[in-house]
Amino acid sequence: MKALKIVPVIFFLLLICQSGKSQQFLSRTGFIGFYSKTALEDIIAENNQVFAVIDTAKNSIAFALLEKGFIFRKELMQEHFNENYVESDKFPKAEFTGTYSSPNAMNKQGVYPVTVKGKLTLHGVTKAIEEAGSIEIKSGSILGTAAFRLKPEDFGISIPSIVRDKISKEMDVKVRVTWITKK
Amino acid sequence: MSIKQLSCIALLFFARLPLQAQTDSLLHLLNDSLSAGSGPVYVTGTFKATHVINMQTIEAPAAGALNMIIQHRFGQLNSGSYNFFGLDNASLRLGLDYGISNRLAVGIGRSSTQKTFDGYLKYKLVRQTEGPHETPLSLSLLGTISNYTQKYSDKPYLNASYRTAYTAQLLIARKLTSHLSVQLVPTYIHYNLVPTAEDKNDVFALGGGVRMKITNRMSINAEYNYLLPNQLVSTEIHNSFSLGWDIETGGHVFQLVFSNSQSMIESQYIGQTTGSWGKGDIFFGFNISRNFNLSKHAKNG
Repeated sequence: MKALKIVPVIFFLLLICQSGKSQQFLSRTGFIGFYSKTALEDIIAENNQVFAVIDTAKNSIAFALLEKGFIFRKELMQEHFNENYVESDKFPKAEFTGTYSSPNAMNKQGVYPVTVKGKLTLHGVTKAIEEAGSIEIKSGSILGTAAFRLKPEDFGISIPSIVRDKISKEMDVKVRVTWITKK
Repeated sequence: MSIKQLSCIALLFFARLPLQAQTDSLLHLLNDSLSAGSGPVYVTGTFKATHVINMQTIEAPAAGALNMIIQHRFGQLNSGSYNFFGLDNASLRLGLDYGISNRLAVGIGRSSTQKTFDGYLKYKLVRQTEGPHETPLSLSLLGTISNYTQKYSDKPYLNASYRTAYTAQLLIARKLTSHLSVQLVPTYIHYNLVPTAEDKNDVFALGGGVRMKITNRMSINAEYNYLLPNQLVSTEIHNSFSLGWDIETGGHVFQLVFSNSQSMIESQYIGQTTGSWGKGDIFFGFNISRNFNLSKHAKNG
């Protein structure tokens, strides 16, 4: 009989675990694109297979993507990106892990501007970044967006002087992820 | 403390663990599903250009891309100071390659050697992939036709048909590592006319090419074409061996080459190379290729 008394306790504890876990949402179809515009050439690279997870209980967030998932308009550019710039064979992934904070409590539906803070690893170089974004809480889903700029040189990606004029100093990065919270 | 209490504490302890590790595990979770979810990916950049040196590679322009290639070979290094060690003479091939689809490419060219026109079709049959269910090799089929238009007053019987040769090649390549690619090329050549009855019209050869990256934008290349013996006997034909150094800058690939062949098309460098490395019949030269995007889709990018 003693053993039976423990059963509800176990259930209760499992419930705590469950409720903790149920605040995590995963998306496999997040979008990250980067853009460069110069007088000589425009670069558009978009990845629609970004893995992103958000934990609304802990306000933590993480992204991971395969560099080879970036699709360019020009195939040769894509080849050069993988072979010469991000070196995808050596560094196949880029990832971000961090937290977000909002001045307001995010318990109702609506758009919340947030500050995302964390570590971005790209081309084998990890750098702390802090960028503004927004989180929109909808019924059944959460939409996260951000737009910011990154310097290739900050991540050890060197750009030869001969093509320097064709690639802008800073890349415009756009992020957009929808997490389904109710099936 | 009773067993019940102890086990409660123990359970509590274990139950809390995953929660505490959660921030780190978010990324682990992602990375696990990222590696599990990734499908096969085409291997790119097996070779930088459409030619190892003289030999064509499995690479072809992407759909809607036009590749212009200028191939240039000076004269023989051993031709003496009077000819400025070969720099006085030059042989040139101008070529245009166009990607009809991502698998099919078409090309035309004109060489100054024997005033030769050439055309080819290249089809990427199999493309090497990585990831689950990887395809280990890339296979391309290459068919070429060449026609020389040089006038010979002593050979008035040379009509267009006699001047034509055909080549079929199976290009088998593998990018072994990110720095090393190899290619094997079984070759069949048909000459409509050969100099003597002892020479065969159907000629077989086996070529090999290798590319080794030395930096992100430079590589060293070598190729060798082995002509099977007792096929072309009326003239002393040497196997074509070439060394090259690729330098890539954006849409250009610049290749510096040394070869014992002066001509740059299959029917000529495989079956008509009379130069020998041992005697110093070495031709210095370069290939420059430039990629243009003609399709609207590519232009908008």
